[in-house]
Amino acid sequence: MGHIVIDPVTRIEGHLKIEAVVENEEVKETKSSGTLFRGFELILLGRDPRDAQRLTQRICGVCPTSHSIAAALNLDSAFGIADKIPDNGRIIRNLILGSAHIADHILHFYLLAALDYVDITKVAEYEGTNPPLNSIKRFIERGELGPFFPRYEGDYRLPAEVDQQIVAHYVEALTMRRKAHEMLSIFGGKMPHNMAIVPGGVTEVPTIDKIASFLWRLNELRDFIDNVYLPDVLTVAEVYSDYFEIGKGCGNLLSYGSYELDGKEADLAKRQRLFKQGTISTDLKPGKLDPDKISEEVKHSWYASSSTGRNPARGETTADTGKKGAYSWIKSLRYDGEVYEAGPLARLLVTYASGEPTVKGLVDSTLAKFRASPSALFSVLGRHAARALETKFIADSMPGWLLQLKPGEPVCISYTIPEEAQGMGLMEAARGALGHWMEIKESKIANYQVVTPTAWNGSPKDDKNQPGPIEQAITGTKIRDEENPFEIVRIVRSFDPCLGCAVHLVTPKGRSLGEFRVS
Amino acid sequence: MVRQSLTEEFPVIWLQGAGCTGCSVSVLNSASPSIKNVLIDEVIPGKHINLRFHSTIMAGAGDTGIEVLRETHQQKKGSYILVVEGAIPTAQGGIHCVIGEEGGKAVSVVSRLKSLGSNAWAVIALGTCAAFGGIPAASPNPTQCLSVEEALKAVRIATPVINIPGCPPHPDWFIGTLASILLFGLPKPEDLDEHRRPKAFFGALIHENCPRRAYYDEGKFAKKLGGPGCLYELGCKGPVTYADCPLRHWNNGVNWCIGSGSPCIGCCEPGFPDLVSPFYEKMTQA
Repeated sequence: MGHIVIDPVTRIEGHLKIEAVVENEEVKETKSSGTLFRGFELILLGRDPRDAQRLTQRICGVCPTSHSIAAALNLDSAFGIADKIPDNGRIIRNLILGSAHIADHILHFYLLAALDYVDITKVAEYEGTNPPLNSIKRFIERGELGPFFPRYEGDYRLPAEVDQQIVAHYVEALTMRRKAHEMLSIFGGKMPHNMAIVPGGVTEVPTIDKIASFLWRLNELRDFIDNVYLPDVLTVAEVYSDYFEIGKGCGNLLSYGSYELDGKEADLAKRQRLFKQGTISTDLKPGKLDPDKISEEVKHSWYASSSTGRNPARGETTADTGKKGAYSWIKSLRYDGEVYEAGPLARLLVTYASGEPTVKGLVDSTLAKFRASPSALFSVLGRHAARALETKFIADSMPGWLLQLKPGEPVCISYTIPEEAQGMGLMEAARGALGHWMEIKESKIANYQVVTPTAWNGSPKDDKNQPGPIEQAITGTKIRDEENPFEIVRIVRSFDPCLGCAVHLVTPKGRSLGEFRVS
Repeated sequence: MVRQSLTEEFPVIWLQGAGCTGCSVSVLNSASPSIKNVLIDEVIPGKHINLRFHSTIMAGAGDTGIEVLRETHQQKKGSYILVVEGAIPTAQGGIHCVIGEEGGKAVSVVSRLKSLGSNAWAVIALGTCAAFGGIPAASPNPTQCLSVEEALKAVRIATPVINIPGCPPHPDWFIGTLASILLFGLPKPEDLDEHRRPKAFFGALIHENCPRRAYYDEGKFAKKLGGPGCLYELGCKGPVTYADCPLRHWNNGVNWCIGSGSPCIGCCEPGFPDLVSPFYEKMTQA
């Protein structure tokens, strides 16, 4: 029996450890554990509620935009202005979020995931005239190969010329994701940590020069998405097609929906959004989203058992460090008591099932290429494909929004901070469903809960001993070489986990470093 | 065959503590030189940054990656640059932030910092968390975070520290500092301010160079966000924040915080966030 410990799992955001017990080349049990805690919730207590929007986006420098919008929606709802955001403010928030998602997904496929499939050393054999490839060839000849070496070995399958082409695209992707952030900052001020999104709307005003500049930057990115990113994902999928069978996960998907198409509906679960709210499983039957069904269970987390099963609106975080059977600082986030996966696949399929014609076309044509049914999407490659397809869907939706902007019209509204109020902000981060909840007392923050995509995907076993989505996706996988467990890191990275987000709330006490290791 | 190279290699280890990876993402946004120029090419002719460890972009994982830390610490003693992103949690031996294992035991980032910091040529504390503690160290500082300089001082490690704050820091501030080290060696005392920030980037207040300064001088103050006028009464911290944002702008010069109509939140200052918040309230003393 083998025991694989991967600590740290790299090429993700934050600090993650994965342990897998292997028997007869198959994973029998998996445990995922986050290894950084900052205590954001305690830091927020007693502060000016508006400051939550500035502070919580700094939970994560990879997806700060999502937190800034979730916090703004949360504050809009607490301040009673959720249905009064001016159209310019609503649309500029969409454009900022769309730019961030484009940057994030390009970064994820090329910088985070591709090195699991693409062998950069094949560039040493390159004989052509592409300047970036020749500079990488010189880099390889110099012999100091950080950060591309050392690495796992033994399962790079692409032909040399395809490897070389994707490495050239990796270099191009570095530029493209930077340009997506530059596009974002036209309306966002700067990135990471945009400054323009505030409760009540945004601070940046639309002018015709900004609209035109944004549009043509967007068109350059759309060209890259259509002609480089999407084709590269399909190329990798063809060669590594066994990964349509690997990493299925729990088979249940959940989406809060995102991108506001309507600013007049205060209830976020009912608002018209580009990506729809709801749930879906392998049978493709859609379910309605009911935020009251979200609960946090703690049987296998280091928290007091008395706090288990609560909705985040009434969330409590009391550490119980000596707790038997616990192995994670992440709570088990569950929906209606069941395990659900969040992410691009979830929102794409929930939207697909709603009959949205563009998404239906994108998904059906991709499945037809692989002669596959939608169930094949519940896999490592399905998640990568969903991410690429939704990048196209978002980018293609943005020009229409740009043209709805009205220079000279307001971008935000005034409000008064209530003495007592509750708020909720639900939206979709790049890596899945993100919710912020808050309580205001005496016009200060009395409670703030951030419930993140990786708290869905990276969760430990729940009260019914059901493992979390990443754990389920790894358990049962055949491992060809325990020294080079490609299968595990490919599965984990297909979820694009974000640990800075997942474990930011807690204040553990009294565990020694030695006890921290889970075995 | 690996050819012997005349290029001088500068090994770099990039450690992430209690942070958000935003500093790394900001450095990825470097426009000129591009991040590809920095990592692959000779960033200055004849000099190459060899980024041996950076957990967000490196190929290796788990022990394959941790081995690089061991090897660099032993074989590159006194010659590598240690970049630290994020604050250093010290409560309970540092269990709140762990990077990998040694001999089956989890190793805290404070322990990694001590070991790697003592053998480094220089330490760059990148971002406000690493430079001054930042948000993780904000009241009530739940994990007892220290800045990199404080954490090294506590164990009497005298390796030179350069602070490049910002939440996040501008990529030019980092790349510029790095290029300066490659060309001229470590900064002289007069190159840094009292907070060990390079004066080249942090030598003047935002307020001194702000394009809305004329409004301030004329007493024309914006009453609501999204409108014209000086943002002072809406909480702008430009008058107490040292950084060249108004001149440099962000994201390849596209925009910057006050440019987008938002008050400065003072993210480059040692007091961020506690001494510069509430962010939307006028400062009681400038």
